[in-house]
Amino acid sequence: MARAVSTRRKIGFTVAAWVVALLIFFPILYTIITSFKSETEAIAGFSLVPSGTLESYAEVQAQSNYFKFFLNSVVIAVGSTILALLIAIPAAWSMAFSPTKRTKDILMWMLSTKMMPAVAVLVPIYLIFRDANLLDTRIGLTVMLMLINLPIVVWMLYTYFREIPGEILEAARMDGATLWGEIVHVLTPMAVPGIASTMLLNIILAWNEAFWTIRLTTTNAAPLTAFIASFSSPQGLFWAKLSAASTLAIAPILIMGWFSQRQLVRGLTFGAVK
Amino acid sequence: MKLNTLFLGLCGASALAFAAHAETITIATVNNGDMVRMQKLTDDFTAKNPDIQLEWVTLEENVLRERVTTDIATKGGQYDVMTIGTYEVPIWAKQQWLLPLDNLGADYDAADIIPAIAGGLSADGKLYAAPFYGESSFVMYRKDLMEKAGLTMPDAPTWDFIADAARKMTDRAADINGICLRGKAGWGENMAFLTAMSNSFGARWFDEKWQPQFDQPEWKKTLQFYVDLMKDAGPSGASSNGFNENLALFQQGKCGMWIDATVAASFVSNPKDSTVADKVGYALAPDTGLGKRGNWLWAWSLGIPAGTQKAEAAQKFVSWATGKGYLDLVASKEGWANVPPGTRTSLYNNPEYQKAAPFAKMTLDSINSADPTKPTVKPVPYVGVQFVAIPEFQGLGTTVGQLFSAALAGQSSVDDALAGAQTAAVREMTRAGYIK
Repeated sequence: MARAVSTRRKIGFTVAAWVVALLIFFPILYTIITSFKSETEAIAGFSLVPSGTLESYAEVQAQSNYFKFFLNSVVIAVGSTILALLIAIPAAWSMAFSPTKRTKDILMWMLSTKMMPAVAVLVPIYLIFRDANLLDTRIGLTVMLMLINLPIVVWMLYTYFREIPGEILEAARMDGATLWGEIVHVLTPMAVPGIASTMLLNIILAWNEAFWTIRLTTTNAAPLTAFIASFSSPQGLFWAKLSAASTLAIAPILIMGWFSQRQLVRGLTFGAVK
Repeated sequence: MKLNTLFLGLCGASALAFAAHAETITIATVNNGDMVRMQKLTDDFTAKNPDIQLEWVTLEENVLRERVTTDIATKGGQYDVMTIGTYEVPIWAKQQWLLPLDNLGADYDAADIIPAIAGGLSADGKLYAAPFYGESSFVMYRKDLMEKAGLTMPDAPTWDFIADAARKMTDRAADINGICLRGKAGWGENMAFLTAMSNSFGARWFDEKWQPQFDQPEWKKTLQFYVDLMKDAGPSGASSNGFNENLALFQQGKCGMWIDATVAASFVSNPKDSTVADKVGYALAPDTGLGKRGNWLWAWSLGIPAGTQKAEAAQKFVSWATGKGYLDLVASKEGWANVPPGTRTSLYNNPEYQKAAPFAKMTLDSINSADPTKPTVKPVPYVGVQFVAIPEFQGLGTTVGQLFSAALAGQSSVDDALAGAQTAAVREMTRAGYIK
């Protein structure tokens, strides 16, 4: 009897999980389906069966150089992530293993910077970028995205590092490990799942960041967010083309997420169950 | 063989050296059909001007507006040519952010620009942006449904006729709405339509002393008429509908009438996209007999920021893109129906264009009937038909648009929406120093 209830519950949870997953994924799925429709089909109403035309993809490629935007996205997302990890790992180590009475306040302050609407600092940031000749440069955007995502990276790493027993680090010190050796040879290997998931999440956040990437670039450093934005129009129906552009823009990150899902889930649930 | 290789190598080196010396101008633009077409035709420009290369930045209208405003206000220098509308030009010209276009070439023929459009893009008698594409608004209607309702659309209808026809054409069982109008909140969305409509009802945003006028009976009449009409004959969820949503509804045969931008005529009459292409008629925007019609005036135009280092090259490009030669180029490559409309009088005198675009005369009449310098029945201190050309209007217009959209959705009454608009306008105008 108990077994039957348990099986039923398991089936119920599985069905619920699939329903939730499909609900979350459906907008992406419908975007992909719409990209294989003609513009007339796209506005004709809800339909899950496209004609399979590739005309939108052809027009998107003819109108814009996808690979130029793609390359910029890769450089900016990966660059900002590496930079953020280089800064965040020592910071999180310090806060996790040598906390002071102000550590919590510092963490909260870092997080509070994410609560401010980005547009509030648009003009000062734009002026700084202008004066530093960083407008429309990959370096400028890499630094900007690193700064934007740094609080989240520090927070995530801090949470992972807190799960690592301090005694292990003490033992390493007893064995003569230097601070650098402690971080590189002891802490980092133990926190690999956490660092990997932080890295993947940060790449996704940087890849999808649209506010600054559109506003601080024009042609040279414009990433895929600017590529999508160029197909949006308030006057004229370009839904199929917009969907094709969106599909091309999200495809690399979706594929990356698919192949690294085990690491992502492992990292995100790291220390969740004790 | 060796000589050939040497020759090719020299050619390649020369080309590289030349490309290194070519001047590159960056053009910020919107994503609409005409602008996309222009990008495809730029080989003609670069062939005529081999020393100038073009870089395009295409953005959605609101993002573009924010980007170019930030850039020009901070002298960022990211763009050499900007696509701007009739709203920005008078404000930016006053701030001296734009270069006057006084070097467009001997054969440019600036006098050929439609006077109403040129007026909206000029300040102190100088042209500060050259129109690439111009539009007004008018009535697009289904001739078959009008006939079925036992009515004949006059060339210049009144609002009473439109309301009567809309109610008669409505057939909820067949999913046909008598009229589709903008309801989505935004200064360039529902407020473009409602401000133009209010002009025909005798309303105005401000009196001569910049006092907001939403507490006056003309605005009450306008908004009440609009809300009642949409309730009786409009589509469900109209408060979310903008240009694209109504275009989709009309093309699918779900609207008896649609009052919107004249540029929509080329979409609804295109059999490739529209199921009602052969059944569409056109009429001037309605009035109430007070001397003003409910149509607007807009032009996407090319301006040159004052901070550019490449003014000469930029002027050459503007001259090419907005000159008569460009219209001929588009006609030769893609047909007269695809020529950007609403900028030059000579286009409307062209029999080939008249033949290809049956809505041409109505478009020109609509443009000519809008006067941005005298947009309302009563005098006003501002320029602009469907907007008020002051920097504060974007924010204020959107706030009022949200209140009016809520009234359309039934979330508030017409009186409450107007009272809210009056309070918001008084507050903003006082803060900005217009009201002493």
